[in-house]
Amino acid sequence: MSPLTKSKKVKVDVNVKSNISAPKTNEIVYDTEDLNLWYDKTHALKDINLSIYEKEVTAIIGPSGCGKSTYIKTLNRMVELVPTVRTTGKITYKGKNILDKSFKVEDLRTHVGMVFQKPNPFPKSIYENVAYGPKIHGIRNKKVLDEIVEKSLRGASIWDEVKDRLNENAYGLSGGQQQRLCIARCLAIEPNVILMDEPTSALDPKSTLRIEELVGELKKEYSIIIVTHNMQQAARISDKTAFFLNGEVVEYDDTNNIFTNPADRRTEDYISGRFG
Amino acid sequence: MAASSDLNKKNAVNVREMIADKKRKRNFSNITEKMIPAILIIIASISLLTTVGIIYTLLAESIEFYKRVPIWEFFTGTVLRPLSQNPEFGILPLVAGTVISSVIAMIVAGPIGLMSAIYLSEYASDKVRRTIKPLLEILAGIPTIVYGFFAFTFVTPIIREIFPAVGATNILSPGIVMGVMIIPMIASLSEDAMNAVPNSMREGALALGATKLETTFRVVIPAALSGIISSFVLGISRAIGETMIVTIASGSSKNFTFDITQSMQTMTAYIVEVAGGDAPAGSTIYYSLYAVALTLFVFTLIMNLLARYISRKFREEY
Repeated sequence: MSPLTKSKKVKVDVNVKSNISAPKTNEIVYDTEDLNLWYDKTHALKDINLSIYEKEVTAIIGPSGCGKSTYIKTLNRMVELVPTVRTTGKITYKGKNILDKSFKVEDLRTHVGMVFQKPNPFPKSIYENVAYGPKIHGIRNKKVLDEIVEKSLRGASIWDEVKDRLNENAYGLSGGQQQRLCIARCLAIEPNVILMDEPTSALDPKSTLRIEELVGELKKEYSIIIVTHNMQQAARISDKTAFFLNGEVVEYDDTNNIFTNPADRRTEDYISGRFG
Repeated sequence: MAASSDLNKKNAVNVREMIADKKRKRNFSNITEKMIPAILIIIASISLLTTVGIIYTLLAESIEFYKRVPIWEFFTGTVLRPLSQNPEFGILPLVAGTVISSVIAMIVAGPIGLMSAIYLSEYASDKVRRTIKPLLEILAGIPTIVYGFFAFTFVTPIIREIFPAVGATNILSPGIVMGVMIIPMIASLSEDAMNAVPNSMREGALALGATKLETTFRVVIPAALSGIISSFVLGISRAIGETMIVTIASGSSKNFTFDITQSMQTMTAYIVEVAGGDAPAGSTIYYSLYAVALTLFVFTLIMNLLARYISRKFREEY
């Protein structure tokens, strides 16, 4: 985490350039350049320029309909499931433009896992849920699979709760457990990046807390991009925060700066609860 | 008339008064309200009583038949000669005809129906789906006699063109045409089952880097399996019970064979033949109708029970 003292310097940057980049602490994983996205005729993302860094938690906040979910879904191209979607610009992931049509989207998604708003385990056993990813990517060896399943479930801090009932249906778990299972499922293919689209919005406060703690653990090994409605959550768990409004990035900075000393008036209004 | 004078006085609708008024009237309707369940029970039990009645008739008349033809002989006999001087009543030729024609039908309808369902549910655009599904349902509404005619005058000649050894009436042609008849049903019902699988599950698989095909076969189909199996079993039941197509295109030879190029008779076609002929009431051949019908009934009953068992076993709850 970059120290607070850097904040002043960054703020100068912010005021001069509209294209804001946070202080460079780690390698860049995702570089977004002039990204524009339309759903049919609706211009959902406008000239997004954003660099996301490795092994950090990047939070994306903003009111409903501001494009934050659209943006995160663009990062693994899930947004293409909407047939009318059209994009321009570039998103570079490890040096390659993922928006290029020749880029194999399945490869991208093995590097970039995703956790959804509502827990969506498969209607299979807990074991099969976690083993699903490795299996479709060709891992068949039972011993290896066993190992992956245990490691992933431990990684998602749910192992102790489910180790005695791995063969039971995942739908028997509570909502919070299901969400952690989905995180385990995503860890099983050892991604570099984990995208989280409001992962706690369907959960109770206690389960939310557990997920937040887990995110803190996971960032040691993974780059995490999390969309959240909950500003306190962004403040608690993220290193950097991007504030989206009407399809634009209003401000992107160290989380501390955003919440203590926002550069833009609109950011201040939003985080102080004046709208949104 | 208090209400209307009220209206004049205040020049406004007195809602409270109107509701109270309505409530007083409603006391009358309370009696009908209480009678409704009883009436509905009676109506609902009509179909139940009919079923019971049918089973009773079938059993009673079949027992009469078994008094004349030992049950063992009936179920193991491979010769069916109801009209000969020394009539023999072995049901196996009919069972073979029924099973073989149904198997041919399912070999045609199963894969094609399922593939169509996969296309419609997973690959087709909304527009295509909305055009094709109603068309499928029209196909399902064609009278079976038309299919029978189609089998006899169109499909059989084509088959004979390719394989001259095939008879003018054979079990292959009606089997194929029954399959064609069942395709829309399997496609439509399987599509419903697959469509009911929540999108979040597809997203979960796709987000793990699964291709569309992997998602379809390893998430969507397993999740929809109980519905898909139900559609298959309904298809089989339909094939077993199908009458006109086999009557027209397969002839009435009571061969006990597994040669699909030959004419065979199914249980249903036998019933048509005997019922359409002049079997005097009380004769053995008359009672044989009931014994065959009972066997048919047991067949479809077993299919339905099997379907329930399988679909419960494979059900993936979500």
